[in-house]
Amino acid sequence: MLTGIYSLLSAAFFVLMDAVDVAFTEAAVGAGISTILMVTTLTMTGRYENRKLHHPVIALSVVVVTGVMLVIGTMDMPAFGSDMAPAQVHVGPYYIMQSGEDIDIPNVVTSVLASYRGFDTFGEVVVVFTAVIGVLALLEFSRKDNQVGERPAPMFQHKILRIVSKILIPPIMLFALYVQFHGEYGPGGGFQAGVIFASSIILYAMLFGIEQTRKAVSMPVVKILAALGVLIYGSVGIVSMLNGGNYLNYSVLAENDITGQHVGIIIIELGVGITVATAMILIFLTFARRIGKTNSNSSTKEGTA
Amino acid sequence: MSFLEQYNYWIVIFLMMSGFYIVIAHGNLIKKLMGLTIFQTSVFILYISISKVIGGTAPILDDRYTIYSNPLPHVLILTAIVVGVATTALGLALAVRIKEAYGTVEEDVIQEKDLQQEGSAE
Repeated sequence: MLTGIYSLLSAAFFVLMDAVDVAFTEAAVGAGISTILMVTTLTMTGRYENRKLHHPVIALSVVVVTGVMLVIGTMDMPAFGSDMAPAQVHVGPYYIMQSGEDIDIPNVVTSVLASYRGFDTFGEVVVVFTAVIGVLALLEFSRKDNQVGERPAPMFQHKILRIVSKILIPPIMLFALYVQFHGEYGPGGGFQAGVIFASSIILYAMLFGIEQTRKAVSMPVVKILAALGVLIYGSVGIVSMLNGGNYLNYSVLAENDITGQHVGIIIIELGVGITVATAMILIFLTFARRIGKTNSNSSTKEGTA
Repeated sequence: MSFLEQYNYWIVIFLMMSGFYIVIAHGNLIKKLMGLTIFQTSVFILYISISKVIGGTAPILDDRYTIYSNPLPHVLILTAIVVGVATTALGLALAVRIKEAYGTVEEDVIQEKDLQQEGSAE
């Protein structure tokens, strides 16, 4: 709960700092998915901890010494909000000046993310994909069948919750698609859209149970889609190479440089969105199924009625 | 005067050190992961506060504005947030497996059990 509030607060802070795209991501990820994951893990590992700390005095002194050294280090740092800071005079102004001409989309964050630093973003998507493979390898394929779930029944008996969520889920999905395809003009893009889309599925799973969700959302398809997103992203790079450009240089994708950039950005954002959405769905479903394997069958029957 | 201009770094340092303290002082693996998450968010805040230009606006081009905040740190951090949740999930998955194998997520208990096993194997 506290982590959720913390994330929401940092999202508000990011808006104040003009980082609307980041705020969007933090609000979607931090207030929703990461909190749910923490709570799910806590139900599995037990909610009480051993109160004993490892040498708290030594740890505290190490932390204080490091902190003081860092504070001394900040004396040489540029003042907050200064426009002459080293970070503001290198490539930042170039992106702001040139992206209007080179790529012709208003949201500079999207053009930097998808075009100037497309290679970087490809790496991030691969990291997300790899993490999902890791989670699946650890939790999905080594499940013991005699495990007894201790998960409380899904919340389907709350009529208001059920009906409100049923009304909410389609608009959430629609909003995710809007964020996906509007990322060039306003804050948004594949990362945010993926997380929002996944949260609608997670809401469904919380109401109607994991097994029911697994029937609605086919796991093999989701797994294939997760790989497909990375594949789409990577193959855009290959196609631009085949057209005679560098890897992930979209200008060669169409006759006109700017159209090429637009096509490239839309396709790779789609790839990012698919991978992130399926990754989050897979992570949540694998975690949740681990705890609630046995008792969700009986409870989901009424959920569909 | 220049003394108070760097308060953003101090907030970051405070958060970062809180996370660091949790990571080294607590034996509970879940707590350690939470500490890491706090550490991680402090880095996010560091980058975002560096990118801010006073008087600037969000980097979405419009004819009405001339000063924008730096978009590059925004890009780095927005991908880092999503990657962060994916890697945290991986860490939590490891913790769940450790819990199943050892019956606990306390570091010292796990070490004791390991030592016992080594002792009985010899």
